[in-house]
Amino acid sequence: MDIFLQQIINGIVLGSVYALVALGYTMVYGILGLINFAHGEVVMIGAMVALAVINALSGTALPGPVIVLLGLLVAVPACMALGYGIERVAYRPLRHAPRLAPLITAIGVSIVLQNSAMIIWGREYITFPPLLPSKPHFIAGAAISDLQIFIVLLAALIMVALLILVHHTRLGRAMRATAQSAEVAGLMGVNVNTIISITFIVGSALAALAGVLVSAYYGLAHYYMGFLLGLKAFTAAVLGGIGNLGGAMLGGLLLGIIESLGAGYIGPLTGGYLGSNYQDVFAFFVLILVLVFRPSGLLGERIAERT
Amino acid sequence: MTLLEARGVSKHFGGLLALDAVSLSVQNGEIYGLIGPNGAGKTSLFNVLTGLYSPDSGDFFFDGEKLVATKPHVVAERGIARTFQNIRLFGNMSALENVMVGRHLRTHAGVIGAVLRNARTRAEEASIRSRALELLQYVGIAAHANSLASHLSYGDQRRLEISRALSTEPKLLALDEPAAGMNATETAELQKLLETIRHDGVTVLLIEHDVKLVMGLCDRVAVLDYGKKIAEGTPQQVQHDPAVIEAYLGGALA
Amino acid sequence: MSGLGKLKRNPRAAWVAFALLAILLALLPFLAGSLLGRSWVRILDFVLLYIMLALGLNIVVGFAGLLDLGYVAFFAVGAYMYALLASPQFGIHLPFWALLPLGAGVSCIFGVLIGAPTLRLRGDYLAIVTLGFGEIIRIFLNNLDAPVNITNGPQGINNIDPVSIGGFSFYQTHRLFDVNFSSVYNYYYLFLALTTLVIFVSMRLQDSRIGRAWAAVREDEVAAKAMGINTRNIKLLAFAMGASFGGVSGGLFSAFQGFISPESFTLIESIMILCMVVLGGMGNIAGVVLGVVLLVVLPEALRYIGPAEQALLGRVFVDPDDLRMLIFGLALILVMLFRPAGLLPSTIRKREFAAEDEAESQDGIPT
Repeated sequence: MDIFLQQIINGIVLGSVYALVALGYTMVYGILGLINFAHGEVVMIGAMVALAVINALSGTALPGPVIVLLGLLVAVPACMALGYGIERVAYRPLRHAPRLAPLITAIGVSIVLQNSAMIIWGREYITFPPLLPSKPHFIAGAAISDLQIFIVLLAALIMVALLILVHHTRLGRAMRATAQSAEVAGLMGVNVNTIISITFIVGSALAALAGVLVSAYYGLAHYYMGFLLGLKAFTAAVLGGIGNLGGAMLGGLLLGIIESLGAGYIGPLTGGYLGSNYQDVFAFFVLILVLVFRPSGLLGERIAERT
Repeated sequence: MTLLEARGVSKHFGGLLALDAVSLSVQNGEIYGLIGPNGAGKTSLFNVLTGLYSPDSGDFFFDGEKLVATKPHVVAERGIARTFQNIRLFGNMSALENVMVGRHLRTHAGVIGAVLRNARTRAEEASIRSRALELLQYVGIAAHANSLASHLSYGDQRRLEISRALSTEPKLLALDEPAAGMNATETAELQKLLETIRHDGVTVLLIEHDVKLVMGLCDRVAVLDYGKKIAEGTPQQVQHDPAVIEAYLGGALA
Repeated sequence: MSGLGKLKRNPRAAWVAFALLAILLALLPFLAGSLLGRSWVRILDFVLLYIMLALGLNIVVGFAGLLDLGYVAFFAVGAYMYALLASPQFGIHLPFWALLPLGAGVSCIFGVLIGAPTLRLRGDYLAIVTLGFGEIIRIFLNNLDAPVNITNGPQGINNIDPVSIGGFSFYQTHRLFDVNFSSVYNYYYLFLALTTLVIFVSMRLQDSRIGRAWAAVREDEVAAKAMGINTRNIKLLAFAMGASFGGVSGGLFSAFQGFISPESFTLIESIMILCMVVLGGMGNIAGVVLGVVLLVVLPEALRYIGPAEQALLGRVFVDPDDLRMLIFGLALILVMLFRPAGLLPSTIRKREFAAEDEAESQDGIPT
């Protein structure tokens, strides 16, 4: 039981990152009914771009947090442009094609992004320089660092801001209308194409932020990091109820906690048979279980089955 | 003899009560009409009957047996075949192939037969093809056998759907607005076709809005409004029922 | 009218064409070996192996319309079944005639286990779930070396028995008609025979009661159900058959390579195989063959870019291996944007993808 609180804390931190990425998936799915397979790679690009800036500036006299902020300020617009570009080039032309087509283009985009990153930045891990305070505080025997607190708070802030945007602004109303019925929203004067682009742009901004946070947290970035992270975030979105913003947040946190507890306890629970190297499997199992037994997720409506 | 009976069938969709304790019975060999204003629950009744949805309460009895929480393909196997309000053909297959798919239910060739193409499989394939052609001829579109289903005219598509439903050898043919979008000539031809179908031993249950067709074709009619059955009887009886008139016209002429 | 259609109408011409094709295929390894080098015979062997694999996936994706992103799992199961039963790992060495059916059978069971709860899911969800299963299987294969060593983990299994039928070992060089047939040549003819069988079975399946049912389910599942098709079972059938084909290919892969490790069975592999089916032409057997040929041969051809870059530009800017996947990604995007039905689509699929400019088909019967 001594690791319980620690795993919970770690889970919440991880879950906050998952939530940020899950929001991108869920928003796109809500509006287009499409799983944006390439979203995880946008997270990766955000991390890589930010790290490129950060590593370039890390020799200078600028204070650590400022350097990280500068990295963020470059990464976020870059990813927003990337997200916009992906939608225009790979998804918009296929809006009326059978479901298979945009899914395959998404896979193609994902592969292109991954391999471009590999060619540009190499196959090796890229380290995140220790620019941020990392002294841990202790609560009831569990350690929590400034960075961890920062991640959770920032993610929470962003999520609240997003909820306000979606539920209390004109733009948000247009987004919700488009998600319900793009055709009718269009008839009501909503520029559906613009709304869709904005959705991708906002999701990509969140992705960039998540990328920077997660690479700061783990201390490194890698051209392949987007795949697994994306898949887990997608699981989180499905767990919470795809298309539902609150669901993405809830799902993210839950998945982070499940994964953390699982990794911590799997050894003792299985008598040493399975170790924490099976950690990644948890997300997959959760995904399969949710889709098989409760496809609508925790907060969503039934849409996973064929009508 | 009663072929189909619905007893107290109810169905909610979220907050909407689509069917409210609907009871009716269809006799063997009759043409039974289901009419009512839009949104009255007619297609919902079809959907619940054919297993697309399960009823919240109530039962269906078909050919003496209860039809319980049954999947659509089992309903078809028991002998109820349907068409759809929005026409659901296999658009990228030919008319002939559409009807051949209908024969799947009553034929048996499996993987082994498919690969070996032994004598029995070949004979079955030939019978599937010839029966499908017969059925296309029966509804009058044999000339278009090799045309893509999505290329057929609207009226021909409706007939193709009927032909495909017939190929499952149903005892009850459930048609959802078969005359929708048809002109007077086409509707008259449809009426003749349905009478022929009845004459050849298939009971017909149809949802329709076309008053002339219903009057001329149906032996009996049930009227649904807001999920409830408000009248049942011969077309003439129902036509003069005040509740029916009110449902359609709003009470001014009651 | 398609070329194949013309052949159907003239049986004599068809026989001549087939005879020519058969002769070409019989001589192909020698042509490749002498013109391009021995390594290309090995490449031909892989082409045939992948054709079998891709045709298995074609049943799932092309015929039944089920998107499977974790197909490599069945390949892996088949490969490991073979390896575990014909290598020093457990010291078991079952004969070939027992191994292949076992591999097919076990993969089939996996197919049913995975498919039963998941095939009712909608397209994208099914894709993600199958992807998940693919990854789970790979992770397990990678980690089942402790506490009990079953799969030997990331190191993989070595010294797998080569194929041996009635004492004739495919690994050894044999002399026939005064010509040396080394292992790559032996395997070529074995794979050629098996691939021909797989193509034959696929064609028969497509044009049958089952094939029609699959097409119906693919077109409109609700209507198919209403017409009495047990869609759950028929989808499961496609999935299980695809899995068996994968399992057989996996076993052959094990025997051929003599060595397997979890690295051969990654998500990228699943995507590759899907590409072969999709880019070549979903549902169309000839298209799938073309897809495999392109996707196996082109990367090999790309290896020449390195030296070409060197010669033209003085140094190698981009490692051709890195380029390989990048080009695949681009190809996926481009093909979906401009020829979504694939390079050689079946008539049906072309109709499905192109609502406006439909190809005129004389008799409406799919090739």
